[in-house]
Amino acid sequence: MSLAKKYPKEIKQILSKYPPEHKRSAVMPLLYLAQREEGYLTKAAMQDVAQIVDITETEVVAIVGFYTLYHEEKGGKYRMQVCTDLPCALRGADEFMNSLCANLGIKVGETTADGSVTLEAVTCLAACDKAPMFQTQGPDGIKYHENMTVDRTMELISILKRSVREVR
Amino acid sequence: MEHILLRHRDIADFNTLNVYKKNDGFAAYKNAVTKMTPTEVTQVVKDSGLRGRGGAGFPTGMKWSFIDNKNWPHYIVANADESEPGTFKDREIMEGNPFQFLEGLAIACYAVGANVAYIYLRGEFWELAAFLDQKIAEMEKEGYLGDKLFGGEYSLRMYTHLGAGAYICGEETAMLESLEGKRGQPRVRPPFPPSYGLYGKPTVINNVETFANVPPILARGANWYKSLGTADSAGVKVFSLSGRVRKPGNYELPFGTTFRELIYTYGGGVQDSRSVKAIMPAGASSSLILVNDEKVLDTPMDYASVRTIGADLGSASVIVIDDTVRMDWLVNKTVHFFNHESCGKCTPCREGTYWMSNITERIREGRGVPGDVDLLLNVAKQMQGKCLCALGEFSTMAVVTGIERFPEDFKKAVSKA
Repeated sequence: MSLAKKYPKEIKQILSKYPPEHKRSAVMPLLYLAQREEGYLTKAAMQDVAQIVDITETEVVAIVGFYTLYHEEKGGKYRMQVCTDLPCALRGADEFMNSLCANLGIKVGETTADGSVTLEAVTCLAACDKAPMFQTQGPDGIKYHENMTVDRTMELISILKRSVREVR
Repeated sequence: MEHILLRHRDIADFNTLNVYKKNDGFAAYKNAVTKMTPTEVTQVVKDSGLRGRGGAGFPTGMKWSFIDNKNWPHYIVANADESEPGTFKDREIMEGNPFQFLEGLAIACYAVGANVAYIYLRGEFWELAAFLDQKIAEMEKEGYLGDKLFGGEYSLRMYTHLGAGAYICGEETAMLESLEGKRGQPRVRPPFPPSYGLYGKPTVINNVETFANVPPILARGANWYKSLGTADSAGVKVFSLSGRVRKPGNYELPFGTTFRELIYTYGGGVQDSRSVKAIMPAGASSSLILVNDEKVLDTPMDYASVRTIGADLGSASVIVIDDTVRMDWLVNKTVHFFNHESCGKCTPCREGTYWMSNITERIREGRGVPGDVDLLLNVAKQMQGKCLCALGEFSTMAVVTGIERFPEDFKKAVSKA
């Protein structure tokens, strides 16, 4: 089903924020909407967005490629994005990340075998005083997890893994 | 001391409309719209000495007065893209004291004649954007936003807009491009946003913290505000303290507070009682301040004083580096960040950050050769003054000052190879 048919109310609400002659401004919120269900942007979804805001598909793809929170490839249901930038690294973020990799048996950028979690290293998330920290990007948006330990993170991962199993 | 910006730390439930109203919330806004002209509002902000809190420190009232009154409509965009490594103050202000920020934004809109304001939040502030949407809806319900406000002719609407993970969108013209639904790449300036901004219309862009200062300035007057801080840096600042300190966090303090007070009195001192080796006062974009003598720590944190020790105060995101940290490791971290965040529009930044990233990577991994340090310094210096926006320039700051002020660290790193 096309995006316009699936989310008529949401699309109308998004477009209402911008002057009608500048509906291109709605491209970013529409891309979030299009990414909501699958966790990544399909070709069809990008075509839908292009049509709604009246720009070319190429322009939409260029935008998707520019911003890190849009994904062109399927990842885990949850993307666990650990900040490893300087302030977090000064508070143990690299060691934290290494422990997560060891515990999950995957490398940075890889997804667990059950498809539940993709582990990613990201740049600053504006929570430098609460490192180690990460955000999870999933079907319900983006959530912060701060002052984390490896044990608490593994607990969270097992909850996320369970939620993926139950949906199946 | 009573907080002026982080008032939620003194008053419970300050992020609720009722509590905010009970504490004189929106009084300054109502007074401005019903009893003052836009020019008078701008004049008070000018007189207060308020300077932009996003990093550049440009006088706020002056920026407002640059708005082109021959071209309409006008817009305001609140910069809530907080992405500088080491900066986490705007998030606390918006979560804890959202109405003071929104009231300041509303007053600014009135002063420049804008009827629409956008709040551009970094995409990661997903939950915060939903929270602000609620607060905006409450303000509409109370008659602070909408048409014909306070029985007069002025109308104002506010909308949040989420970015999607791009540090460059904190640069004001890149932010405008992004808000227009394009890739966030900076524009060639001039023209500047007050004459050619969002949709080609006159636009003022200020940082969240800057707006949060406006209601107290209008309520208590320019002279009161100027009495805080120093002659060149009026008022208070939220300092984001991070790195190797015992108590990292935000500290609202008058400009002119010393690094020592921030790190030792408020921050609880350095972890494991080590000594401070270097300070980055403006996040990853900073020059590295060499702390080789106790006097450096006694430098007051204001725009002019920090310059005397070879750095800029910027957004006052103070990253503390202790004597266990190797500068070749640190520079690799900052360069990696800028390489990742370079938008690719101009060649010096796109290529320069790429090569600096390669060279610092091999130096850090012990694969560097003695010529690498000179090569790295050379690449950084070639970039300086040639980039389209400040990002490229910022990427070289830690590299150049790291090599020049901590040569031993780099010598050691390449001698192992």
